[in-house]
Amino acid sequence: MTHRLPERDRPWMMRTYAGHSTAARSNELYRRNLAKGQTGLSVAFDLPTQTGYDADHELARGEVGKVGVPIAHRGDMAALMDGIPLGEMNTSMTINATAAWLFALYVVAASEQGVDESALSGTTQNDIIKEYLSRGTYAFPPGPSMRLIADMVAYTVEHVPRWNPVNVCSYHLQEAGATPVQEIAFSMATACAVLDAVRERVPEARMPAVFGRISFFVNAGVRFVEEHAKLRAMSVLWEELGRTRYGVTDEKALRFRYGVQVNSLGLTESQPENNVQRIVLEALAVTLGRSARARAVQLPAWNEALGLPRPWDQQWALRIQQVLAYETDLLEYPDLFEGSVVMDGLVDELLEGARAELTRVEERGGAVEAVPYMKAALVESHRERIARIESGEQVLVGVNRFVETEPSPMVGDDGGILVVDPGVEAEARDALAAWRAERGDVSGALAELRRVAASDENILPATLAAARAGVTTGEWASALREVFGGYRAPTGVGEAASPAADEALRDEVGGLSEALGRTLKILVGKPGLDGHSNGAEQIAVRARDAGMDVVYEGIRLTPAQIARSAVDEGVHVIGLSILSGSHRELIPDVIAALDGADIPVVVGGIIPDADVPALKAAGVAAVYTPKDFELDRIMHEIVALVAERHSLRV
Amino acid sequence: MNLLETRTARAEAAALVSAAGDGAGHVVGVTGPPGVGKSTLLSALLREWRGRGRSVAVLAVDPSSKRSGGALLGDRARIEHDPADRDVFIRSMAAGERLGGLAPATRAAAQALANAFDVVVIETVGVGQSETDVAEAADTVAVVVQPGSGDALQFLKAGIMEVPDVLVVTKADLGTAAARAEEDLRVALRALGARTTPVLAVSSIAPVRGVAELADALAAHRARLDVAAHRVRVRRLGALADFVHEHGERGLRAVGGRRAAVKWLREQDPALDEPALLACLEATAARWRANQPGG
Repeated sequence: MTHRLPERDRPWMMRTYAGHSTAARSNELYRRNLAKGQTGLSVAFDLPTQTGYDADHELARGEVGKVGVPIAHRGDMAALMDGIPLGEMNTSMTINATAAWLFALYVVAASEQGVDESALSGTTQNDIIKEYLSRGTYAFPPGPSMRLIADMVAYTVEHVPRWNPVNVCSYHLQEAGATPVQEIAFSMATACAVLDAVRERVPEARMPAVFGRISFFVNAGVRFVEEHAKLRAMSVLWEELGRTRYGVTDEKALRFRYGVQVNSLGLTESQPENNVQRIVLEALAVTLGRSARARAVQLPAWNEALGLPRPWDQQWALRIQQVLAYETDLLEYPDLFEGSVVMDGLVDELLEGARAELTRVEERGGAVEAVPYMKAALVESHRERIARIESGEQVLVGVNRFVETEPSPMVGDDGGILVVDPGVEAEARDALAAWRAERGDVSGALAELRRVAASDENILPATLAAARAGVTTGEWASALREVFGGYRAPTGVGEAASPAADEALRDEVGGLSEALGRTLKILVGKPGLDGHSNGAEQIAVRARDAGMDVVYEGIRLTPAQIARSAVDEGVHVIGLSILSGSHRELIPDVIAALDGADIPVVVGGIIPDADVPALKAAGVAAVYTPKDFELDRIMHEIVALVAERHSLRV
Repeated sequence: MNLLETRTARAEAAALVSAAGDGAGHVVGVTGPPGVGKSTLLSALLREWRGRGRSVAVLAVDPSSKRSGGALLGDRARIEHDPADRDVFIRSMAAGERLGGLAPATRAAAQALANAFDVVVIETVGVGQSETDVAEAADTVAVVVQPGSGDALQFLKAGIMEVPDVLVVTKADLGTAAARAEEDLRVALRALGARTTPVLAVSSIAPVRGVAELADALAAHRARLDVAAHRVRVRRLGALADFVHEHGERGLRAVGGRRAAVKWLREQDPALDEPALLACLEATAARWRANQPGG
């Protein structure tokens, strides 16, 4: 091997994860981003679209157009892609439970542009297991969900050969606290579960082609040397699985293909400008070594821990990629780590750990059966991470060390984030009503969908027909929910270890419980569709360790359900967690649903400073954000709050 | 409910409950190993009962973490119900060695709720004596198991509890495994000489099967039961359990051992409520101790 390439490598595909408010406004944003040198699209859908609810559903309240674009039918998809030539564009869609549906809308929008499905290229995320484990936008039970994924793979491998039907995500596992070993093992186990499900639905001769279409979506944290080793380990393991488990021999099909969004978990709300250097280092992890270099990269914006990034913030993130690809000499050399003792040693270490972990998952019957085990393991890893940060063993610059700072000039008059116009939701509801009034009769298309769902046929043809007929996202998902039933994923909190919590805190809780005459009882609730449950889980576990009785029922509850539980359970305090930006609507809704019951409410999540006064005015006792990393301090304050309400002294 | 769980107010609450008398509601104990799908089953049963116009209260008793004294409640599939429906009431309680034990509060709560609801479910995880005590406070006890676990046989053979009134095999969608589990249970029950205990296979997820039959079986058991006599027995055994919890083996010896205590309780006035029976037991033990040489 020489130390130079005959010619400079082509850069990876550059994307920006974007979408908000409406299809038309997102389309404008996409066109602006493409004009700035972005080379692929990455569509962010709002939570109702991701979980299969229309804008007029009770659960959609406060969420429409917030963290992504609402797409209700083929008309919305056509508006989203207006003027973007779908035959040439490579589109990645972060869509899972409803992936088959959004893919169908995309195919229909393309055919309206005169582009045949066989010419389309792009990716649907379509990894339901990590939704159960960390991201929370599932809609159906595991069995039927895996069947939908297998149908997608079987369909695209025949009809849309350049499509990546599944992007197995290790990304969100790291966001939920996974160690590198867990990230490798759990994502590989997920890929195997998908392949095993597809095996039953395609001829064995097609399996190498299927294997070659599975891609990955990974994370890179700030420990960027080890993170690069993780990617090399993943390519080794993937090739191994291909050869031994699926009999793949074609070198090209065996290649580990991955796209990346770098870490959000490590981005800080305090001194947020430091996130820029974190993002740059993480981008190095996925580009530095040629033999494990990302095919596509999207970088978060510096202010993600504050709220939604503005167009300028996203532009800055795109420019990081461009400097790396076009100004540095990174793309001129073969692999930099060939023969590196350090890198090989790290890779071997990770492989050994990952193989052992993979065996544990296999022993439980594979990834689908092992969801409760994996979920509990992630909650446990995250608990350990929080403990390391609290004790100072893990340094976060600007958070638990080097906290002195000048006031930041980066946050402008708008609070440094994008705020979605609150009128968007009503607009979407009106547009939906108009669409329903104007389209023809869709009952036949829905009946056929239900029939196919209950049968063993591939769901895609009936889904495409429904898309053409003008069926809406909520109608498609609702038809399937009728057939498949609903589902609630395990919370993983029950199995979390119970280390010796802070003695003083336990004394406080014990003392207050004695004074109250029964154990201090807290309800931890996640109202709405936001599936990011890490914070709520850690609060629930810590409250238990402090000696409280904790009612935690997982994600996706309506304000009415939360209020009813709080009253029936006789809790002394309610803790609500929202990260999706719907706190302004949902928190007051919960307080209203309490109907005068005198239970103090505290709130945690990504809450801009500007929203705190309104929440306090609505009756919220305290607001916590990511900068409040000391869980014990939060617990002390909760104890004090309850004591004060009951006129007791701690 | 808050009052019943408040130790300092327990006597006052018990007096209130006692004054209300035996509720007419059907108290159903549902117990079984963790992870067998009890919550999913209860969601389906709840729908069935509400469809029949019956109001339902559920007391979900969770084993608690003894080390910290804290407990995670509701860490399981939620029992799905309409929050606007006032004819459904669900509350979780932590079991375990805390604030004077929970069994008395649970029994009192069930008794109170039986005055206000048609059906009162006590759901427990069958992992130890205290939970089965609670389950046995019910008019009808259903043990829930899942196919292929072997738990059910262990459960029965270990004699952790009396023979259940109804056995339920969940996850009947698992086909042959469920059928085999059902057969195993019938064999085990025959070995125990309990031929009449119904064994029902239920699938609580779509397509739902066996739930209506289960509701019928529970109702049929209750129809055959002399409820008044059963409630008296529950109160007596409850008082004894509380006494043992409070005074331990020494206390039991002081009343002449368990058999003698049960016999003695049978001779008491059936109208006595649990706190009164407990007081009688304590008085008897005190008299016995006073008569001991050197006591």
